[in-house]
Amino acid sequence: MTTTGMRFVGQRVPRSEDARFLTGQGEYVDDIFVPGTLHAAFARSDIARGKLVSVDVSAAREIPGVHAVYVGDDLDSKVVDFHVDGENMSGLNRPFRILAQGDVRHVGEVVAMVVADSRYIAEDAVDAIAVEIEPEEPVLDPVAAAEPSSRTVHPDTDTNVLSGMPMPDNPFVEEAIANAPVVVTETITQHRYLTVPMEARAILANWEKRRKQLTVHLSTQGPHGARSLFARALGLDESHVRVIMPDVGGSFGLKMNARVEELGAVVASYLLGQPVKWTQDRRENLVADEHPREDSAVVTIAAAEDGTLLATKAEFTEMMGAFPAAFSSASMLSTMVFTGPYRVPVHAAGSKAVHTNHMGRGSYRGPWMFETVAREQVMDILAHKLGMDPLELRRKNALSNDEMPYSMPSGMPIDQLTALECLEKAADVIKYDELRAWQAKARAEGRTIGIGISLFPEPTAMAFGWMSTDAATIKITGSGRVDVQTTVASHGQSLETTIAQVVADELGVDFSQVRIMQGDTDSSPVGPGTGGSRSTVIPTTAARIACGELRERILAIVAHTLEASVDDLEIEMGRVQVKGSPDKGMSFGEVAAKAYSEPAAMPPGIPLGLEAQARYTPPTYATWANACHMCVVEVDVATGGVEILRYLVSEDCGVMINPNVVEGQIAGGVVQGIGGVLLENLAYDDAGNPLATTFVDYLLPTTTEVPDIEYTHVETFAPSNPGGHKGLGEGGAIGSPPAVINAVLDALRPLGVERLNQPLGPADVVRYIEAAAAS
Amino acid sequence: MAEAVVRMKINGEDHEGRVEPRKTLADFLREDCHLTGTHLGCEHGVCGACTVLVDGRAVRSCLMFAVQAEGSEVTTIEGIAGPDGELNTVQEAFRTAHGLQCGFCTPGFIVSMTSYLEENPSPTDRDLREALSGNICRCTGYQGIMNACRIAAGLPTSGGGDH
Repeated sequence: MTTTGMRFVGQRVPRSEDARFLTGQGEYVDDIFVPGTLHAAFARSDIARGKLVSVDVSAAREIPGVHAVYVGDDLDSKVVDFHVDGENMSGLNRPFRILAQGDVRHVGEVVAMVVADSRYIAEDAVDAIAVEIEPEEPVLDPVAAAEPSSRTVHPDTDTNVLSGMPMPDNPFVEEAIANAPVVVTETITQHRYLTVPMEARAILANWEKRRKQLTVHLSTQGPHGARSLFARALGLDESHVRVIMPDVGGSFGLKMNARVEELGAVVASYLLGQPVKWTQDRRENLVADEHPREDSAVVTIAAAEDGTLLATKAEFTEMMGAFPAAFSSASMLSTMVFTGPYRVPVHAAGSKAVHTNHMGRGSYRGPWMFETVAREQVMDILAHKLGMDPLELRRKNALSNDEMPYSMPSGMPIDQLTALECLEKAADVIKYDELRAWQAKARAEGRTIGIGISLFPEPTAMAFGWMSTDAATIKITGSGRVDVQTTVASHGQSLETTIAQVVADELGVDFSQVRIMQGDTDSSPVGPGTGGSRSTVIPTTAARIACGELRERILAIVAHTLEASVDDLEIEMGRVQVKGSPDKGMSFGEVAAKAYSEPAAMPPGIPLGLEAQARYTPPTYATWANACHMCVVEVDVATGGVEILRYLVSEDCGVMINPNVVEGQIAGGVVQGIGGVLLENLAYDDAGNPLATTFVDYLLPTTTEVPDIEYTHVETFAPSNPGGHKGLGEGGAIGSPPAVINAVLDALRPLGVERLNQPLGPADVVRYIEAAAAS
Repeated sequence: MAEAVVRMKINGEDHEGRVEPRKTLADFLREDCHLTGTHLGCEHGVCGACTVLVDGRAVRSCLMFAVQAEGSEVTTIEGIAGPDGELNTVQEAFRTAHGLQCGFCTPGFIVSMTSYLEENPSPTDRDLREALSGNICRCTGYQGIMNACRIAAGLPTSGGGDH
């Protein structure tokens, strides 16, 4: 038989999911109404640290329509186990509680939960709760907090260091640095910027006592992890818990794990025997949902005079806040991949994840990305010190695919990397030499123009522990349509379209015949949900394998029925026919009728029905994608405003399933990084108060701040999976902050500015310019 | 809290409800009329996800009380497509140009841009950027959205900047 070739993979196919989203027919958790639903709201601490003297809820309980007010151990005493899948094996002692008891440890910590007839009444009741807190001096500086002498955030522990890896004593690294002709050591910092999905968190938990059934609609990245968490928490058998993932309005890592409020809603529904809904408001999302990104690192890079890298050293400090999300520390991964796209002979790194009296850490698109931010900033400082162009320095040290396989000095193996190829393509497309010449001319005319580069590998589809495998279930219906469920479901990634493109090609049906369903623990295969840019690599491959099984079965049935050889058959858009005699054949519907209803007519040895499931694990720990970003900025030295004139991404995500989706993922990530550097800042004051509590002070990019992004694709078939795909969901957000920072620094160098750290809002930029002028 | 009777025409149909005076128009549309295409992204008037048309003008339904819309004609995302479900020019362009990912902010963008282009049929590229700057999207980086609006406005799409 012959396959019909790729008809849909590689095409800019319009998305299946758009029809409902464009007409207001999407269904997100808050759009689901169940009769008798109660609504939750939370009273929170407005003090970073202190003794919880009293929580007076008597007035709140008197308000008509209030069903319950929970304080103290009312909820926590019902929680049997709060750990997420795989976490109890990790050895990390993550602190957890739903409600503050005895003390408060960050602003936003929940001190009471109200359940009422409406959200309006629940919020009235929250306002009626009187919380008395005796403030104490909070622990806010993570570097100081890591010292053994520091007071601890959690009184039952003797250290604020949650996890980490001490800097190893590596004589090869020390010797290389001591003997190197050029050495730079810099402290690089990054502030808090947040995921901010447009749909904040939402849950509708419904415990039906009579049926002993908990049904949860959850805005999440995967229903199965939530199911096992809720079952464990209530001490229920998992068969009594169903989690449904409807449409999800963005996540970017935030919704990987359920938060305390969601567990609170589940426990409250269990206690009250009624549905309980919680829809997080934006203030809660900013102040009291997990905070990623705040990091610092001391980085040393040693080089020969010609720019050849000789050694690197990096020590990361990661701010964990008081109650971080499970698996939210990424600094150990940062230490391992720090050398990134470069040939580095020796490397040493250490990390510390440190508790403070801030909101806890969570995951965000490329959680380990600070290694790229820190390395790429120091590479530019090194280039300046060497008197080399930043492109030349990278060109000299970037790994080419010709050198693969390569082992990073940390031992991290790479089977494929096109760092040099992406760098060269970017330089070619942007006409780098002409750009530098234009910059020199513009500078001579008084303009403040800068060019920034970042180069990085992206370990995608990391397969370990609970995230090792994904599966797909494919059912061809009686009429020949194709229903697909996988372990992952979309919160914006276009999986309904991209997985359908692959399935349509693999089975030989029209794209419109394939339906990809969202997650539901009653029907979708068990697995981790989205995370780590895995969806195009692992679950999509599982779907591909299941399609292959079904295709073989379909061909066998047709060959048997028509008394033809499989080799003489071809599949043409949902119909199997004899080559050269297209009128002789069977539609998928006719094949399905045989497979489901005529067991006697089936060929021997072929399974009945047209349903298949396959599960896949990649042969490598990671599937390496990589990219080069180039950014051109103009700085207004009077206002400190930064305008991005050009932004180019040259990336290799392997075989592209849908270039529209690829570019959409890149653009979304890039703009999140641009926003993070230039606009977004969840700052705290010296008393531990968050200073950005609305979208008026947490500034997100809009159309007036973003450039038109240019893309160029290097498409290298990935060895880790039969489709040759690589993930790319996170790369945009990893590469853009250092590209922007490097461009701004390049612009400001003629003014005497020699180093910058984020954030780079107008006031920050003016401060750097003034400081340089003053020295 | 005492309730008030409100009557309004939504997407051409008469609606009547009893609401507390403090109930927002957005909550009335979503909870009382079950028109859940109007989304709440910030509930403080910045993100634009809840944009609807009240008597032809784009408003943020999270900043308006339902009782203030008494007697008005309201158009929500559910009323933007043609009577037979046919997508309007803006909706169609969003689909063509991959102007949406998670879809949560999309109704606000579609309603805003539909209203804007009715009043400004020949905008420049810069006009479009200004017109869209009151709506926040967190997924797309605005690339697909800008191109969709350019298509709807008859302007050339773009992937390249100037230097």
